[in-house]
Amino acid sequence: MQIATRQVADTVIAAPSGRIDHHSAASFEAALSPLVASVVASRGSLVLDFSGIEYISSVGLRVLMIAAKQMREHEGRLVVAALQGVVAEIFAISRFDRILTVTATLDDAMALCSPETLARYHSAGPAR
Amino acid sequence: MKAVRFWGTRGSLPVALTSADVRIKLLAALRASRGRPTATEPDLEAIVASLPFPVAGTYGGHSSCVQLETGGSDYFVCDMGSGLRPFGQAATARRNGTPQTFHIFLSHLHWDHIMGFPFFVPAFIPGNRVVIYGSHDELEAALRRQQDKPSFPVDFSIFGAKLEFVHLEPGRTREIAGVAVTSMLQRHAGDSYGYRFESRGKVVVYSTDSEHPLAQAEHAERFVRFFGNADLVIFDAMYSLADAISVKADWGHSSNIVGVELCQMAEARHLCLFHHEPVFDDAAIDAVLAETRRLEEITRGATRLHVSAAFDGMEIAL
Repeated sequence: MQIATRQVADTVIAAPSGRIDHHSAASFEAALSPLVASVVASRGSLVLDFSGIEYISSVGLRVLMIAAKQMREHEGRLVVAALQGVVAEIFAISRFDRILTVTATLDDAMALCSPETLARYHSAGPAR
Repeated sequence: MKAVRFWGTRGSLPVALTSADVRIKLLAALRASRGRPTATEPDLEAIVASLPFPVAGTYGGHSSCVQLETGGSDYFVCDMGSGLRPFGQAATARRNGTPQTFHIFLSHLHWDHIMGFPFFVPAFIPGNRVVIYGSHDELEAALRRQQDKPSFPVDFSIFGAKLEFVHLEPGRTREIAGVAVTSMLQRHAGDSYGYRFESRGKVVVYSTDSEHPLAQAEHAERFVRFFGNADLVIFDAMYSLADAISVKADWGHSSNIVGVELCQMAEARHLCLFHHEPVFDDAAIDAVLAETRRLEEITRGATRLHVSAAFDGMEIAL
């Protein structure tokens, strides 16, 4: 799975897309792990833009939980942002909305990271 | 196989409604009756029929005990939780002086799955036959131990029925009174075993106290095969997925989410949520059921999976 990324201040925005199910979860994990390692090393934050995710299974949620745990252990922050219909419902039913930091929009996620990150994100313009 | 009847559906520990719980239900029922006719019995029956299940009923509090109605004269039972006591009384009431045979299949030997046995009336009646099946080597020893002093006042010598213990080899199908029975190892502290029952074209799977490690694809594939094309899967859905893989990881239980996923992959027809969390009240279990039905709806493939939540006294026709 390819994950498009961009850097805003000390925050990496990663935007996976498609379905994260029993078939693709390993690929998602393989793509996410180096991102987590990189953000941990730079002591930044990782925002997952989930606006392009259509479905996530239990196996995919487990990958997110492991990533969030790794970030926490290094005092980093993982935010999952902009969940769409079905995925938002799966987060609520699984209670993952209670154990992960979830925001309705990317703006909300950037604001959580820091005011400076939000300002830089806004000034970045069209890439948004 | 004709039907499945639930005598105990609660996980880990039996629970009971409190006076405060009953009061909440009464107030909700009275509120719902405002402005409606109440003069006749049919009026009252209509009001009760319109109430949501958590108000008009209860999921109950007995620990695991499930009866399979096979169509034959022998009784088939899964687990001997506290629900075994009312089951035994009901079976004895239908005895009519004729000896009865009970085939009882144990998922494992933790106390909430065996605590009903000292109170199982049919075991006291001479002429009856009680055959207890399981895949644990300590099967008989565990049951004798729970009635040893100082845990219980009477030991096995009190029983008048003929007791037999049968070890089942996991993965090997065995024909028992017209039912093909296969057990399978599950992940739980001290191991547990799921059962697949096949009879007269119907398949029922009993899979409780079973944790599913999500990272192991072969584990999921094994369960998909075991649940394959089942008419009913009785599934341990004690925790939310978040709890099951974080704070309660390795506690040996599963979630509604994994239940839906496995049943959909197995093309099972009915998922019954079972082994309810004892701290949940009726409203909480009902909310889990509603959410699980919604999950099934938004993830549905070609065929619909029916979803229910077991309650003490519930009967599912096959």
